[in-house]
Amino acid sequence: MELICPAGTPAAFREAVEAGADAVYCGFRDETNARNFPGLNFSREELRQSIALARSRRVLTFVALNTFMRAGDEALWYRAADDAVALGADALILADFGLMAYVAEKYPEQRLHVSVQASASNPDAIRFLIEAFGAKRVVLPRVLTVQDIARLTRQIGCEVEVFAFGGLCVMAEGRCSLSSYATGKSPNMNGVCSPASHVRYRQDGEDLVSELGAYTINRFGAGEASGYPTLCKGRFEIGDVAGYAFEDPVSLDVIDEIDALRAAGVSALKIEGRQRGKAYVAEVVSSLKKALRAAPAERAALVARLRAMSEGQRTTTGAYDKRWR
Amino acid sequence: MTTTRKPSLSLGPVYFLWDGPKWRDFYFRIADEAPVEHVTLGETVCSKRQHFSEPHIAEVIERLEAAGKKVTLSTLAMVTLERESRQVRDLIRDSEHPVEANDLSALGLLRDRPHSIGPLVNVYNAATARTLAARGAENICLPPELPAASVLQMLAAMPDFSFELFAFGRMPLAISARCAHARSKGLTKDNCQFICGEEPDGLPLRTLDKQSFLVLNGVQTMSNSCAVLVDDLAPLVEAGLSRVRLSPQDCDMVKVAGLYRAVLDGRMDGEEAISELAEVYPGVRFSNGFLHQQEGAAWVSRGRNAAMGHG
Repeated sequence: MELICPAGTPAAFREAVEAGADAVYCGFRDETNARNFPGLNFSREELRQSIALARSRRVLTFVALNTFMRAGDEALWYRAADDAVALGADALILADFGLMAYVAEKYPEQRLHVSVQASASNPDAIRFLIEAFGAKRVVLPRVLTVQDIARLTRQIGCEVEVFAFGGLCVMAEGRCSLSSYATGKSPNMNGVCSPASHVRYRQDGEDLVSELGAYTINRFGAGEASGYPTLCKGRFEIGDVAGYAFEDPVSLDVIDEIDALRAAGVSALKIEGRQRGKAYVAEVVSSLKKALRAAPAERAALVARLRAMSEGQRTTTGAYDKRWR
Repeated sequence: MTTTRKPSLSLGPVYFLWDGPKWRDFYFRIADEAPVEHVTLGETVCSKRQHFSEPHIAEVIERLEAAGKKVTLSTLAMVTLERESRQVRDLIRDSEHPVEANDLSALGLLRDRPHSIGPLVNVYNAATARTLAARGAENICLPPELPAASVLQMLAAMPDFSFELFAFGRMPLAISARCAHARSKGLTKDNCQFICGEEPDGLPLRTLDKQSFLVLNGVQTMSNSCAVLVDDLAPLVEAGLSRVRLSPQDCDMVKVAGLYRAVLDGRMDGEEAISELAEVYPGVRFSNGFLHQQEGAAWVSRGRNAAMGHG
């Protein structure tokens, strides 16, 4: 299985290449990609240099253009696709049908990967993307069990990539407007979720309160570790009971499922985290690379350190395990 | 001056789990009394619920069609299991009615057949709408998240195409493999006991500071506020909007439809309709923020509209 690694900066890109990535994915510094955070992402020149570095090390570069084109401003996305192709991207990772149609028609030789944001969760959906746009690979949404994935890969004529480590969407990706309901900014339209621009922390007596837009996302008592107010990992009240209504502040870790995913016919494992620093990228990539080669019994030790780096220091196999539902 | 064609009213599928008789009687009353031209129906949120409405669907369709309504059948919003794939395939193969696609599997299966696209498929621009239209889509209900600027741009780019706007109801904001509704009652999705049926209008989720925020509807998360775009429609209608969608809530939807129809026909002022709606659907906050390019939960009154240059 290939290891697909995130890079939010040219420095992280270099680290990922050095650490043994098979492919690195990244995006331009604008709203054409779903990690449109301040200080992140690549200029055209930075992408050109990064692709040259990757090529020299036989590493592939995937360019994520995985937001949905704003009506009237499609040119921004088309130009990003034109430039990524011209700069030599090995694959474009796309979510918007209009943009897929553009790329499929204008660059029929260009490898087209379907972003997780497109939410292709079953064989008929994937057949549609192959038939309509010539998709070569699909990144599966985090709504399937390992058994679902195995059943699916047997039925489709295209490669499958799954998320293995990092941030965890609780909702089907690309189908969530919770962030824009609270802030006006969404993953689909703006490339951001629960954006820092709308986050506020305030002290309320003993409690530290985290807010997103006008809404309280969590309250931390004295001595309780606080966290970033990602909307779907907040604490809320249902009836008289307060708790993590959707998911605890955990991140995804399916290292224990590596063999099952390989047996399921998965072509590539993806690491989330273009917003993470280069040290994190280096550590995660090299550990996962070793884990992929190691015998199952040796893996636990290799990844113990990684788990400590995860969000909330706790991890889950998420939807890959049926019991998560 | 061109005379603007009046848009038709459309009723979206019931997103909540209502028991069979309640579901049937709701549609009987819609058939008999509601001034809607299009009715889209069928379980959309959770495949496990299908058997609640299934025994009644034939008589409901018959009653609606006898009343002159055009019936469309909705497909599931999320398809992950083999059983769910089969449900969608069977529906599309066997249906004598037009089908509304709510996920990508239906898009592929409906190729070259006249069909509709539901608000749970991501259509954010005319390039995507054209791609879908070329494959047989004849009507697209746009996602609730779209701002008016995008809607207007698409209407201008495809003047002869039928676009529909989600204009009343709690907005579907997210869907998950996990059932937060069942979890909140100590159950899981696979062993849910259809517990979401206890809340026919959604289970309220509040912040720790008691702010109304969201409602849970099985695997779907919806806005607590109810989208009310009744006073925002004029410029969109003028620009060529074809259909206005009302999404069923557990309130008097016949009255809701009557109020929207009255505003669209110029028989009632939008502000008056809003105050009437507050009586029809009491205790629920209204919102129209998405359309005004603000947070979706926001409410922008007409005074603000004028200042923003709408209309």
